[in-house]
Amino acid sequence: MTGRSIAEAFSSRASRGQAALVPYVTAGYPGLDDTGAVLDALADAGGDVLELGIPFSDPLADGPTIQRSSFESLENGTTVARVLQALRDFRGRRDTPVVLFTYLNPVLRYGFKAFLADAVDAGAQGLLLTDLPTGADPDLEEAVPDAGLDLIRLVAPTTAVERIGTVATGGGGFVYYISRTGVTGERQELSSSLADEVANVRSVVDLPVAAGFGIATPDQAAQVAGLADGVVVGSGVIKALGSGGVDGARDFIASLRRGMDGD
Amino acid sequence: MTTAAPVHSYFGAFGGRYVPETLIGALDELEAAFTSAVVDPAFLSELDGLLASYVGRPTPLYRARRLEEAAGHPEIYLKREDLNHTGAHKINNTMGQAMLALRMGKRRIIAETGAGQHGVATATACALFDLDCVVYMGEEDIERQALNVYRMKLLGAEVRTVSSGTRTLKDATNEAIRDWVTNVRDTHYIIGSVVGPAPFPRMVRDFQSVIGREARAQMLETAGQLPGVVIACVGGGSNAMGIFHPFVDDVGVSLVGVEAAGEGLDSGRHSASLSSGSPGVLHGSLSYLLQSDDGQVAPAHSVSAGLDYPGVGPEHSFLKDSGRARYVSVDDDEALEAFHRMSRLEGIIPALESAHALAYVLRDGASHAPESPILVCLSGRGDKDVASVASRAG
Repeated sequence: MTGRSIAEAFSSRASRGQAALVPYVTAGYPGLDDTGAVLDALADAGGDVLELGIPFSDPLADGPTIQRSSFESLENGTTVARVLQALRDFRGRRDTPVVLFTYLNPVLRYGFKAFLADAVDAGAQGLLLTDLPTGADPDLEEAVPDAGLDLIRLVAPTTAVERIGTVATGGGGFVYYISRTGVTGERQELSSSLADEVANVRSVVDLPVAAGFGIATPDQAAQVAGLADGVVVGSGVIKALGSGGVDGARDFIASLRRGMDGD
Repeated sequence: MTTAAPVHSYFGAFGGRYVPETLIGALDELEAAFTSAVVDPAFLSELDGLLASYVGRPTPLYRARRLEEAAGHPEIYLKREDLNHTGAHKINNTMGQAMLALRMGKRRIIAETGAGQHGVATATACALFDLDCVVYMGEEDIERQALNVYRMKLLGAEVRTVSSGTRTLKDATNEAIRDWVTNVRDTHYIIGSVVGPAPFPRMVRDFQSVIGREARAQMLETAGQLPGVVIACVGGGSNAMGIFHPFVDDVGVSLVGVEAAGEGLDSGRHSASLSSGSPGVLHGSLSYLLQSDDGQVAPAHSVSAGLDYPGVGPEHSFLKDSGRARYVSVDDDEALEAFHRMSRLEGIIPALESAHALAYVLRDGASHAPESPILVCLSGRGDKDVASVASRAG
């Protein structure tokens, strides 16, 4: 089937006064062939946009939980081509938009333009490259929307105010606000200045703003849902998958969704 | 500045700033601090003063007559970076960067280290300037470089063991970058080689270029001519860039970088990214890289912890592709043999890293024109390697 657009996924939540939930999962984790079942579970439990991680040997923006899932996935035998195939299969069953999430090198090695074409063909809506910040490589950055994918931009607490607008330019789908300096992973508490920071980003960019990095509980998801257009959760999903398998991940996402919707 | 990659971030097609968004502000800040420092007479005179009175510069240029005989070349000079305080060239860079950290008001320093030489040099600068110091080091390297681990602790640094991935320099660098992303507001990351995102490769090269500037002047004075060839080992490539850079415009001077062939280029267990890798992005820049067909970084191997790295500085990639420098390789056995021979020939125990450059001279020195001298960068001393070489010998 045809995937929905990321914009549509956000606006459909917004029209109900809700925030979108954006779960992340490392492809090929916990098992090589689990990706399809995990994506189905995340979509069915209330994930509005799914981030599908292509594992990289040197995930320097990730904390211990996603690192471990990446290493295990690679040991399981995950390749870029296999991830795209899992996405293609998922697209045959669900229309939930998918953002491919990875580092630059596996994509460069695959062939940047070939990767974009194959990703679109497999049914991806967006691409997030953690080590391709705005302005780092304009040719690559422009090729992403040209291929028909939303380039997901990140804004950090350290991003200079005058840079925020520039960062969003050329981006699509949503802007990912990193709610803490640091690597991915759960935190005990959210940053106390998060409300101001997100409001600041929203005042500058036209795209929906989703916040992530460190969100692990329904309470935290609910708090962020009150501040931002979307809530990104990654390490929490991986942890739930590790301890409770596909059912664990489904229950975890459902619990966040309930928290966000005030049930 | 709002662009992530100024044009001068590149060396030809190589280099750049491929890092998480969180670091862009810090790289801009560092670039600005470096740019202003290198035209500030007060900064330069303080640095030069410390390099002279504390580090022990200029280091000597030594004519190695017994090495000449063994290598079959009539005129070979060694640039004695092993005689620097802390025993290697690494301190040329850490003094400069520690002073930059002070200039930026950052009092917490982090570093990665492989052989421990950069870690020791960083810990030393931090002791001198009273800065907090955390050094990331792979578990495997902690085992094979125990002496340097103890030295870092003596100097007041905290050594954090990295047990993920390959447990060597690559993963220590990942962990240092993760720390920097987390603590970037009050922390400066002193990268030890000409790698990483801009401005690091250029900045580290400029701090290390003191090696080549001195050596060039010393060659003219001592030998009465420039060398025909300059030879240095290449892991990330900081001692090589430091000695090469001032000779790049001397078209008659060949530049030869010696990579670690480990157990052989065909064995898959080596660190020769320029000799047998392909361009890719690791640790913030585009450069030659050992990688799989699927773009995963391949584990490197070398008997020398300081060369055990799957990437290389982007300027070396540029020098290779432009043909200005040539890169060759020397395997573990050749390096170990050179380590022993150099000790007996000249009474100099070289670092295993530097032993790669010497092994090339012993192997191929005679193929270089006899009328032009050979200049070798002896980047460090081998005290740190004595225990691991002894245990290897049984």
